[in-house]
Amino acid sequence: MYRRTLLALAAATMIVPPAHAAQPQPGEVLAEEQVFRYRLLDQFPTLDPQLNEEAAGSHVIRQLFEGLMNQDAQGNLVPGVAESFEASEGNTVYTFTLREDAAWSNGDPVTAQDFVNGWRRAADPATASPYAWYVELTSMENAAEIVAGEADPETLGVEAVDDRTLRVTLTQPLPFFPAMTTYATLFPVHAPTIEAHGDDWTAPENMVSNGAYTLESLTLNETFTLVKNPEYWDAENVIIERVEGYVINDENQALTRYEAGEFDMLEPLPAGSFPRLQQERPEEAISVPRLCSYYYAFNFRDGDDVPEALRDPNVRKALSYAVDRDVIVDQILQGGQEPAYNFTHWATAGFEMPEIPYAELTQAERDAEAQRLWEEAGSPDLELRLIYNTSDNHRQIATVISQMWKQKLGVETELSNSEWAIYLDQRREGGFDLARSAWCGDYNEASTFLDLVTTTHGSNDGKFSNAEVDELMVASKTAEDPQPNYSQVEQILYDEMAIVPIYHYSLAFLLDPSIKGFPRENVENNWYVKDFYRVADE
Amino acid sequence: MFRRFARAFISPATNPYPEGATEIVAGRSLWADARARFLRNKAATGGLIVLLLLIAFALFGDLIAQWSNEEIDWAMLGRVPEVGGPSLANGHWFGVDETGRDLFARTVQGTRISLAVGIVGALVAVIIGTLYGAVSGYVGGRTDQVMMRIVDVLIAIPYMFVLILLMVVFERSVIMLFVGVGLISWLDMARIVRGQTLTLKNREFVEAAIATGVSTPRIILRHIVPNLLGIVAVYATLLVPSMILFESFISFLGLGVQEPSTSLGALINGGAQNLRNETPWMLGFPLFFFCTLLFALFFVGDGLRDALDPKDR
Amino acid sequence: MTAYILRRIAIAIPTILTLIVLSFVLMEFAPGSPFDSERGIPPAVLANLEAKYGLDRPAIERLGIYIWNIVTQFDFGPSFTYRDRTVNDIIAQGFPVTLTYGIWSGLAAIAVGVPLGIVAAIRHNTWIDYLAVGFSIGAQVLPNFVMAPILVLVFTLWLGWLPGGGWQGGQWNYLVLPVIALSTSFMASIARLTRSSMLEVLNAPFIRTAQAKGLPMRRVILRHALKPAMLPVISYLGPTFAFLLTGSVLIDVFFSTGGIGQFFVAAALGRDYSVIMGVTVLYGIIVVALNLVVDLAYAWIDPKIRL
Repeated sequence: MYRRTLLALAAATMIVPPAHAAQPQPGEVLAEEQVFRYRLLDQFPTLDPQLNEEAAGSHVIRQLFEGLMNQDAQGNLVPGVAESFEASEGNTVYTFTLREDAAWSNGDPVTAQDFVNGWRRAADPATASPYAWYVELTSMENAAEIVAGEADPETLGVEAVDDRTLRVTLTQPLPFFPAMTTYATLFPVHAPTIEAHGDDWTAPENMVSNGAYTLESLTLNETFTLVKNPEYWDAENVIIERVEGYVINDENQALTRYEAGEFDMLEPLPAGSFPRLQQERPEEAISVPRLCSYYYAFNFRDGDDVPEALRDPNVRKALSYAVDRDVIVDQILQGGQEPAYNFTHWATAGFEMPEIPYAELTQAERDAEAQRLWEEAGSPDLELRLIYNTSDNHRQIATVISQMWKQKLGVETELSNSEWAIYLDQRREGGFDLARSAWCGDYNEASTFLDLVTTTHGSNDGKFSNAEVDELMVASKTAEDPQPNYSQVEQILYDEMAIVPIYHYSLAFLLDPSIKGFPRENVENNWYVKDFYRVADE
Repeated sequence: MFRRFARAFISPATNPYPEGATEIVAGRSLWADARARFLRNKAATGGLIVLLLLIAFALFGDLIAQWSNEEIDWAMLGRVPEVGGPSLANGHWFGVDETGRDLFARTVQGTRISLAVGIVGALVAVIIGTLYGAVSGYVGGRTDQVMMRIVDVLIAIPYMFVLILLMVVFERSVIMLFVGVGLISWLDMARIVRGQTLTLKNREFVEAAIATGVSTPRIILRHIVPNLLGIVAVYATLLVPSMILFESFISFLGLGVQEPSTSLGALINGGAQNLRNETPWMLGFPLFFFCTLLFALFFVGDGLRDALDPKDR
Repeated sequence: MTAYILRRIAIAIPTILTLIVLSFVLMEFAPGSPFDSERGIPPAVLANLEAKYGLDRPAIERLGIYIWNIVTQFDFGPSFTYRDRTVNDIIAQGFPVTLTYGIWSGLAAIAVGVPLGIVAAIRHNTWIDYLAVGFSIGAQVLPNFVMAPILVLVFTLWLGWLPGGGWQGGQWNYLVLPVIALSTSFMASIARLTRSSMLEVLNAPFIRTAQAKGLPMRRVILRHALKPAMLPVISYLGPTFAFLLTGSVLIDVFFSTGGIGQFFVAAALGRDYSVIMGVTVLYGIIVVALNLVVDLAYAWIDPKIRL
């Protein structure tokens, strides 16, 4: 969903040729048994589309349910339950036309009202969805008021004109609204099922879904299975009959079991194993860009006992220059990550990498510059407290960076690890000089990153605040072309060195070569098993 | 038939300080006897020597290490499986860890922490656990009920939150690590000791002591506790390895050891994580020291048990 | 005896209540919330969540409601993490799993550990003794986070005999590796305790007398020595079984068994208060019950012990 393309598309009625599910290439022989097995790192907390808030659950919900729009292998929008949509009133009103043959797994037709029900449910305080803010993010009329408990869920800016027509009213122009309908929160629900079973409606024996698959079984922290949904409108083009997921927390254990042939896809990989796997299994070890950035946030709070020297941008710059990102990316992570000198992920759609001076230097030059800046700042005697949550990767990166600072600038770093909840608490309360942080894009557009450094953002835990950045980001929302604003914000982030950018994520995983159709160019990592198929081993 | 050693315990004149080594009376005192028996036991003496060597390694290993425990050998980083193995030439006698830090220096420092944790855990268990269990078992009745139900509650309580609160209230430090270990280590010991005390208190030598008007605290300290020392010694040596591994959990939460410091538990865990990356030294060396420690402790514990068993003379 | 058991059950109630209150207080003061995530949650959304789960009420009221629901309906409430499950659902799934592999591990540890300890004691300072000691230390040297990956490497990847994880309702082939990984260190402890306690008993005058009377060794050991020698082992088994039955998080993590141990630790890390409390109460009941069994066993071993 390249933003400019979207703008162009959204201007008129969008009619895309129907995209059929899996499309085997000529000459490929399908395997007898069409099963896709994969490993999950953690148990997803729920399969309720409106309650879901994390990636593992999203992957499964995307197979079980279908929203208005889907994504193809490149991340472009393709029709889902909606055949087409029309934007009007300057991108503030969207009218979706639903396909006639869309059906729930019990045979009921999928109607516009099912979407209205789902979206109201997501915003309703009684549902208490942790992702209710996503509905706010769509700027649907009254969404924020409903979430705050000030308006009735019925007043949400979405209505079923008739069974096949859904009209959405927004409070501000939002060219990428259709793209937001690919996420679970905006999926439809089958209201009679929820009424009949309450919270238990997601149990395998109760669930009614409208995607290519239905839930067959689910044992928490062990396994779940999905089977093909014969009622799905495109069922004849769905080749994989069955999906099996295995929850395996331990990464090494998971790798051993992959090698023993227990499943087809393994993600994530144990730290440091990617180079070896790439050598041993060149066809299976894959690394694709992933829209997340890893960085250390400086603490900008007033009154906290943050060393005075950190208020000096030159000191912050010296610290950032002294970090040898190539060592971190090539020698520690070794999984296809990219060194980062700015915040926004390099693969973000439409984002033009701004000219950040130190990105072009060699590390020797950066080190020299770091020392120059450091001396200019009076070579402060610095002791930093770096917080991170306990994990091998964070520990290794923190260890290496602290040594770089010690050797190049004489800075002592206290490495303060703790378990997740305490770490988050410290990060939020400001109990740090530097905090290990990471941010993943909610959608494929630079503002999902750059909004974070605005003064009021809830995850701006370093409390960086710059009036110009705030203005530029507000202006970008309605700008014809927001890219110059983004570049300017990145420039300010560099000048102020608001964070220490460290690396841009990649997703390294193992995929059995007999599984075809996996979208390797979808940077949001949204995959649809209905597009997969398994070829016979030669 | 119990009279022989019962008498030895009852007559305070011959043995004024049976519970402490403040004033070991030369000759036939229980403690001197025990020491003599312990030293005659070759396996036990051997275990003790190995234990002392381990302590020496942990305390003075840094003096001969070629690297510090936090220095990164940048030449190794990223190529650890190929070039990071043990080598005399580059001074990494035990190889390097996954971030290119000297494993010898880290093992020395890790052994130091882990030995301290093990010793503290065992001491707390031996002192608090033994006294608590002996009092509970000997006094019996309602006191016993209350004391044991307290132990039940403490065993069942979500211990992680105790540690988290310790961390919130106090700053992270090695002392807090010891507190964390100490808080949990004595519970099972108390139960085992109480069980033994229940049968001991019906023995003739205790009844004889009661009959001669010896006070309750005195009976517990001079008659019950010495007879428990065998089982206490064995269980204490069993506790040490679990306490050493338990440290990793405390450190995971953030209360214990923090980078760049390490511990045997953390090193073994790191080695196990890299099991498949062709770096066997990362698991091998820490595991060897852990293993040596356990064997030494076993023989020392076993020797202590033999030496302290009053029936064994 | 019956009176004693009834009295103990009566004491168990305040014990468990104390446990609930203490655990509640601990969780109340610990930092973190079940709704924490890397992304800061907007205040309005957080308020809705807290209202739904009753976290907006005063602590004392929540504790009261909580205890009331447990006492009257044995209802621990909904999970904060698994939003469409209740704590009872989670315990119903996880507890049978841990119970199964816990009992098997406990039995395996006893079945191997006790005979090993006895043989080692009888053949004190012979090669059999050294072998038994070597084995039991070896079993302790390999903590289960080292043993589990090695077991899977050998039996799943290299030999291909056993599945590397999963539960599948507890079929035997899914049970073998978790039981081996879990039981060995307990096996070792039991063997060592049995050995030392047996040595002590064998030195006791009444055993020597029995031997002097010319009774056969086997008879002396089985009839006279075994019972008193088991006393410390039984003390040890109480808390150990309680631990085994409520599961080991490492076993659950390494073998994806879906047992209660992993739920508990994940709940503790994720501040899923109701799950923590549910498992804690379950654990408390098991601890109290097993310690009652242990105390009854003392009386059976040594009739002189007055309960």
